[in-house]
Amino acid sequence: MTQRRAMIIFALVMAALPFIPGMPPFWIVLLDNIGLAALVAMGLVLLTGVGGLTSFGQAAFCGFGAYTTAVLTTAYGFSPWITLPLSLIVAGVAAVILGLITVRLSGHYLPLGTIAWGISLFYLFSKLEFVGRNDGIAGIPALSLGSLQLTDPGKIYFAIWIAVIVCALLTINLLDSRTGRAIRALRRGHIAAEAFGVETARAKLLVFIYAAVLAGLSGWLYAHFQRAVNPTPFGLNASIEYLFIAVVGGAGYVWGAVLGAGIVIVLKEILQSYLPLIFHGNAQLETVVFGILLVVLLQIAPGGMWPKLAALLPFGAREPDPLPADALPPREKIAATSDKLLDIQAARKQFGGVVAVNDVSFDVTAQEIVALIGPNGAGKSTTFNLITGVLRASGGRISVLGHDVGNAPPQDIARLGVARTFQHVKLVPDMSVLENVAIGAHLRGHAGAIASMLRLDRKDEAGLLAEAAKQIARVGLSDQMHQQAGSLSLGQQRIVEIARALCTDPMLLLLDEPAAGLRHMEKQKLSALLRQLRSEGMSVLLVEHDMGFVMDIADRIVVLEFGTRIAQGTPAEVRANPDVIKAYLGAAT
Amino acid sequence: MDSTILLFLLQDGITSGAIYALLGLALVLVFAVTRVILIPQGEFVTFGALTYATLAAGKVPGTTLLALGMGVIAFAFDMIAGRNAMTARKAVRSLAVNILLPLAIWGAATALAGQQNGVAVNFILSIVIVAPIGLYLYRIAYQPIAHASVLVLLIASVGIHLALQGLGLAFFGAEGLRGPAISAAALTIGPLRFTGQSLGIYAITILLIVGLWLLFGYTLYGKALRATAVNRLGARIVGIRTSVSGQFAFLLAAVIGTISGILIVPITTIYYDTGFLIGLKGFVAAIIGGLVSYPLTAIAAIVVGVVEAFSSFYASNFKEVIVFTLLLPFLVLRSLASPEVEEEND
Repeated sequence: MTQRRAMIIFALVMAALPFIPGMPPFWIVLLDNIGLAALVAMGLVLLTGVGGLTSFGQAAFCGFGAYTTAVLTTAYGFSPWITLPLSLIVAGVAAVILGLITVRLSGHYLPLGTIAWGISLFYLFSKLEFVGRNDGIAGIPALSLGSLQLTDPGKIYFAIWIAVIVCALLTINLLDSRTGRAIRALRRGHIAAEAFGVETARAKLLVFIYAAVLAGLSGWLYAHFQRAVNPTPFGLNASIEYLFIAVVGGAGYVWGAVLGAGIVIVLKEILQSYLPLIFHGNAQLETVVFGILLVVLLQIAPGGMWPKLAALLPFGAREPDPLPADALPPREKIAATSDKLLDIQAARKQFGGVVAVNDVSFDVTAQEIVALIGPNGAGKSTTFNLITGVLRASGGRISVLGHDVGNAPPQDIARLGVARTFQHVKLVPDMSVLENVAIGAHLRGHAGAIASMLRLDRKDEAGLLAEAAKQIARVGLSDQMHQQAGSLSLGQQRIVEIARALCTDPMLLLLDEPAAGLRHMEKQKLSALLRQLRSEGMSVLLVEHDMGFVMDIADRIVVLEFGTRIAQGTPAEVRANPDVIKAYLGAAT
Repeated sequence: MDSTILLFLLQDGITSGAIYALLGLALVLVFAVTRVILIPQGEFVTFGALTYATLAAGKVPGTTLLALGMGVIAFAFDMIAGRNAMTARKAVRSLAVNILLPLAIWGAATALAGQQNGVAVNFILSIVIVAPIGLYLYRIAYQPIAHASVLVLLIASVGIHLALQGLGLAFFGAEGLRGPAISAAALTIGPLRFTGQSLGIYAITILLIVGLWLLFGYTLYGKALRATAVNRLGARIVGIRTSVSGQFAFLLAAVIGTISGILIVPITTIYYDTGFLIGLKGFVAAIIGGLVSYPLTAIAAIVVGVVEAFSSFYASNFKEVIVFTLLLPFLVLRSLASPEVEEEND
């Protein structure tokens, strides 16, 4: 059963529910609440579960949505349908302002920052005169469609659940796209994504705004459902409850938000109605039991309930093979102003008092394989990081195709045609090999977030996936294309990284220990691949410890020791160099 | 501005700042060792304060029963987790820590309650009652998910916060309590009057900060705790028992929380849910301290206390807004000063 068919069935079931004879109206209210919470939690899934940005402030965005429509409809007589876009815009603009600060926060500062403004906004809602302070605003009009007033819970039910299903569809579309892959790569750190041209700060801000707009939509619906607003549902406790919902349902899954909302809200309802009977009206015990059950749920399923449920459902949703598509046009080349592909002049990197790279100079010309070798700690990987803009050099000049890249961010260097792999593999382990490799083609696609949500990106997307599949076939991993990257052996993961780098259509390929973890036959295949790439016009700069491999393939070798270049030349020259022998074998006395 | 008011606000701010400092330190400690952001730290404050006040009123606090109940569950967890490799020594240790200890405390509390105990007796008894709760809490709630992501641990913390807050309501009721001051002495310098209570707060705060600093900087055990924080696997390979480190960190956090509670309950009325907001302000200080630095956390806590005192005087409506918004520039500065380190795994 495909996901799409499952979704249609789900939509039909939800549409049929209110028509079941004898359905208690109270259950419909419960379903309304589940839908409202699911909308907010869906934003959190994208923001927290997928993007790795934990927010304790989502309820504040519901507040922006709800108060915007409350003020405009009661004080200024706007129609709710006019305030809908306004509510979403207010929530979105608030997200831009808060997001510009928040997404710059790193590590644990981020969730704490969201707590800070989440609480501040709550107190602001409850203190400001024009939003009615603690009393809030009452008398909000109901939604109406022509003469049909959506006053009772059974009618607004349809508005809420249409919103939930449409948003789920848009979110799933977004995740399954060029932008979505960039978002999904965020959680694993920004270095790998940026090396392929992903603007990580912009991607973070995007999910932040998206989550806020979903919360704003929920707030707008809430205001017209309750017909009154006050600050309580927009405080820290509510924000925390939305996080509960996302985590209990499964923070990485869009449907986890809906399932989590169902579990948490039904659980709370059961506790509120039945516990007092058991404990003779000791109402405070409901929070105790709720808290304990939450911990128990997390101990049973730290990854959330949705993956457990999905394992029972008949989803045969294997990723389809990419369809043949028009070949991607070659990358737009940037005019070279130098015949040297890479030119490093006296590059220097100091970490405090430690000189990791000490005035190193070398160059790489077209159609050449250059190896950078040296004992551990010689500064090879640091040199790679200087070339690709991960680190900024303390001195010297590095230029690619004659363009100085000393202060360029990694994305610009990727645009110049430099692609790399990493010594410690940086793939997204829970994404398929195909999707990981497609991140490499990020700069060769153009579809944005909105086009992706509306599925207007299919042609672009097909080109990217076809290119990824082509590069995977080239490195010989077609059989593993649909496996999760994390399930491959380390050697294979390194090869996946090479395929991802090839997807950028590079001029210069930087490989950091590509042969580590490979078997003999695999190394021979890798050598053959690199020779083929060279014959097609690409240059390769590689760091490698396997001397047999290096001597066999390199045109030139640069030897570093303690950050300083001690030799360079052809493999034969380097092999005969007394300084190199001394560095590797100790003093020959 | 009147200089007397200025001095008074400053003194008020420093006193509450000292309490926030203590809580901030406990949060830093627990986070550093276990990666848990301990939202229930506020509950240790309420439990400490209300246990002390209940004892002072001559009654047996409900927290003794909570310790007993949690001990029994912790014992069951130990037995189930270790069922395949149980030795007599382990079983006896678990029995002693989880069953006999809270039983003894319960006995002592029942025997001593109802008499006119001195402040010192109640002070120590409160700590002895609440501290094991921290220990069992780690064993029951966190140890089984010690390897989960920070997010999952955080959500578990919130669940525990809800449960403990509800239990606080069940044990102590909805009405707030006040306890007797630890000292009736007072000292007057110029226009300022220092009560024995505030002097006690300063002294105990400084003592604890210096103590933690010595523990973590200069003892092998403290260094082992820090090692656990940096790399759990590495710490286990060199023979550090990470589960014991976690329990110890929680024990310390509970002790610090209890002491903070006892120190403030004579100054303000403590309700079952007061701890949360107090803990949160300790949190603000801990964050400004970067969740790593003890002295910075202490200084930040004082700043938070002073800002709070001044804003409650000039703009009491917006007190919380000001305190929590204060955090944002610090967070930005912190993030700029220490760019994100790539985490190898989640």
